Amino acid sequence: MAEVMKLHYTVSGDDFTRAGETSSKVKKTLNQLGFRPEVVRKVAISMYEAEINMVIHANGGTIDVDISPEEIIIVMQDTGPGIPDIEKAMQEGYSTADHNVRELGFGAGMGLPNMKRYSDDMQIDTEVGKGTCVKLVIKAKE
Amino acid sequence: MTVSEIAKELNLKFFTCEDLAAQKEAKGCYIGDLLSFAMSKVEMNNIWITIQTNVNIVAVATLAEASCILLTDGCVPDKLTIERAEEQEMIILGGDLTAYEAASKLSQLGI
Repeated sequence: MAEVMKLHYTVSGDDFTRAGETSSKVKKTLNQLGFRPEVVRKVAISMYEAEINMVIHANGGTIDVDISPEEIIIVMQDTGPGIPDIEKAMQEGYSTADHNVRELGFGAGMGLPNMKRYSDDMQIDTEVGKGTCVKLVIKAKE
Repeated sequence: MTVSEIAKELNLKFFTCEDLAAQKEAKGCYIGDLLSFAMSKVEMNNIWITIQTNVNIVAVATLAEASCILLTDGCVPDKLTIERAEEQEMIILGGDLTAYEAASKLSQLGI
């Protein structure tokens, strides 16, 4: 696999029942390509969190995944409300998810912290009223 | 130990994929109902003990590669959860026991 494999997905906004499908597809692809289980797990967890965030907060968005032997780069773009206070949003346990969502077991306030923990690099570009772009890099080599 | 043997020992009822249980090995368990915690704490082949019954538990268990989902306190999965679990080949089983009782028994069995 000398070249970069590029995958593109659209996440629909209000459908909790399908959340996690994109992460599952990417996970399968990475397993088929023979990536180490730890790498696949890191991608699956951080991507699932991002996918859920898009559904809960941003009415969906797009996910682009670039896969190369060295690293996996995931770029998630939405046109949601943006994050007013990133520092707060990064605190474990801080959540703005509403009651309905919490009843489903979401809204633990671990979304962004998990993304940070399970990726090797995370960049957030956000503007209130415009949307958020999260870029995650997961290194594939030891 | 297989999920099938565990089901027998703990007197659990299968909601999905009973046919896969005899081949499915389980080791270790995680107890929790918040999906983000489960996602990061459930390890490969763990039994995930929860009272959460909505369809999202299937995505989390599948991504974390849990061996099965064990519902305690008499909780029953939603119809959509059952459909999705069958699709994804995720075993869901459960019983009236509490999470503590389930974990104690699993511990006695050396899981």
